[in-house]
Amino acid sequence: MEKHLAVGAGAGFSGDRVDAPAPVVKTLIERGGPAAIIFEMLAERTLAHAQLDKQRDPTKGYEPLLELELRPILADCLRHDIPIVGNFGAANPRGAAAHIQRLAKELGLKPPKIGIVEGDDLSGPAGEAIVRKYIAKEYAGRPFASANVYQGAMEIAQALKQGAQVVVTGRVADPSLTVGPAVAHYGWAADEWDKLGGATMAGHLLECGAQVTGGYFADPGMKDVPDIANVGYPITEIAPDGSCICTKAANTGGLVDTRTVKEQLLYELHDPAAYLTPDVVADISQAQVTQVGKDRVHLTGVRGHPRPATLKANVFFEGGWLGDGEISYAGPNAEARARLGAQIIRERMGHLLTLRFDLIGVMSILADDSGRMLEKSPVGNATDVRLRVAGAHADEAVIEHLMREVTALWTAGPAGGGGARVTKRKRLSTTSCYIPRELVPARLSFVEGP
Amino acid sequence: MKTVQLYQLAHARTGDKGNRSNISVIAYKADDFALLQAQVTPERVAAHFAYRKPTHVERYLLPKLGAMNFVLDGVLDGGVNDALNLDMHGKTLSFHLLTLPITIPEEGR
Repeated sequence: MEKHLAVGAGAGFSGDRVDAPAPVVKTLIERGGPAAIIFEMLAERTLAHAQLDKQRDPTKGYEPLLELELRPILADCLRHDIPIVGNFGAANPRGAAAHIQRLAKELGLKPPKIGIVEGDDLSGPAGEAIVRKYIAKEYAGRPFASANVYQGAMEIAQALKQGAQVVVTGRVADPSLTVGPAVAHYGWAADEWDKLGGATMAGHLLECGAQVTGGYFADPGMKDVPDIANVGYPITEIAPDGSCICTKAANTGGLVDTRTVKEQLLYELHDPAAYLTPDVVADISQAQVTQVGKDRVHLTGVRGHPRPATLKANVFFEGGWLGDGEISYAGPNAEARARLGAQIIRERMGHLLTLRFDLIGVMSILADDSGRMLEKSPVGNATDVRLRVAGAHADEAVIEHLMREVTALWTAGPAGGGGARVTKRKRLSTTSCYIPRELVPARLSFVEGP
Repeated sequence: MKTVQLYQLAHARTGDKGNRSNISVIAYKADDFALLQAQVTPERVAAHFAYRKPTHVERYLLPKLGAMNFVLDGVLDGGVNDALNLDMHGKTLSFHLLTLPITIPEEGR
């Protein structure tokens, strides 16, 4: 019997570990049989920031770690017919493709055939006009920054069927990176919903890298993970019916068990019977997971329903500036001094912008921006407290003013303040909308040389 | 009967999309699922996160996985691009949910 298609994950976010892909590729080679490796590197905010990078410099806007991720594996993947599929194109897929061609040349490799999937970027005037029709009225007057629509797996599959060794995309739905190779390999039709649903959930298990192999999971004493410092990245073996076995790179740390798989199956899901992607509406309401070996979990029972008529778009608006500052207090009465610091900032800046205060070491990330939780937490005697102040404003000068005020707590604030740090960054506000798919078709093209 | 934290009976994971958080709650033991279903209700979860003023809390049950999925709308102060929180994704919220008190029988534990 021919081996099932194995799809490995090389990265699960922008900035992921660059030593993760090599053990995955090594495992895929040793296993033999058909394989692909995916790189999912676009979170909701990553792409918006890539769009800003591209506006500043048209040669940028794709994954900054692209070369560090691919350099260790490109030759092996090309030699062993393991296609690389990644959304590392971000806001500039052609820039990423050109970079990969340069890298191949530098490594002395024959120029790979690279498929480029575009059509997701609605940031230009034509795209903005489409988006404006579908966003909520409250956003009508907001300064538009960028928009990208989630494309699906079919153009990725088409690229692979036509011999692409690398497929570079902009925004595609995360699981579509995996569905593409499965559709290409098994020749599924676009309406074999159960199979597409199964492969979609295989892709969902892969798309966050280590999150299914012990990362974002380890809890000492309750959920121990062996050798987590060397956690291996996942591989799914996808069967012709769309079911899969989730495993991981050989000779690495971490684990794959029914607990890690259940946690990742439900990650970022809403209605488990209706996980909407451009390819299918996946349904895990009857899914089951079974441990079938060490670090091997079988996922079965995933179903699929007809794909939505619309595609989701994330839309970003200029959101002004966000700034924050921190300073620490220690020893007797530290908490009272940190609270005094907050009071000083509120008195001097509170009339200019809405402020959020955190008392790190007393009450911080659990709290809400409006401060209800912090207000309710009793005043105590914490002896190692870091005051954090954060605010947002349309005017950069106001944010700079806030940063100066936090810094001034060093000399003009409570006794013994240390370690002041201030930062600011451009903020992007976001909304999403749903656009009829015929208005925003994906486009496939190829480059075969530098 | 005695009271324990949900943490003793289940594990959990948070995800986010925009201003919406989802928190899975997964029983360590399949036998505990009915107990969790009875006590980890959308009403109690909404009350547990009341300080974040959720506009809606929905619970989805996955008995074959011994799991449930909570979807909390409007709890992330605008979400990853807008929130002023250090944890702008709300990733830490799962362990807050795991502090929910659960009543269990004394014997056999």
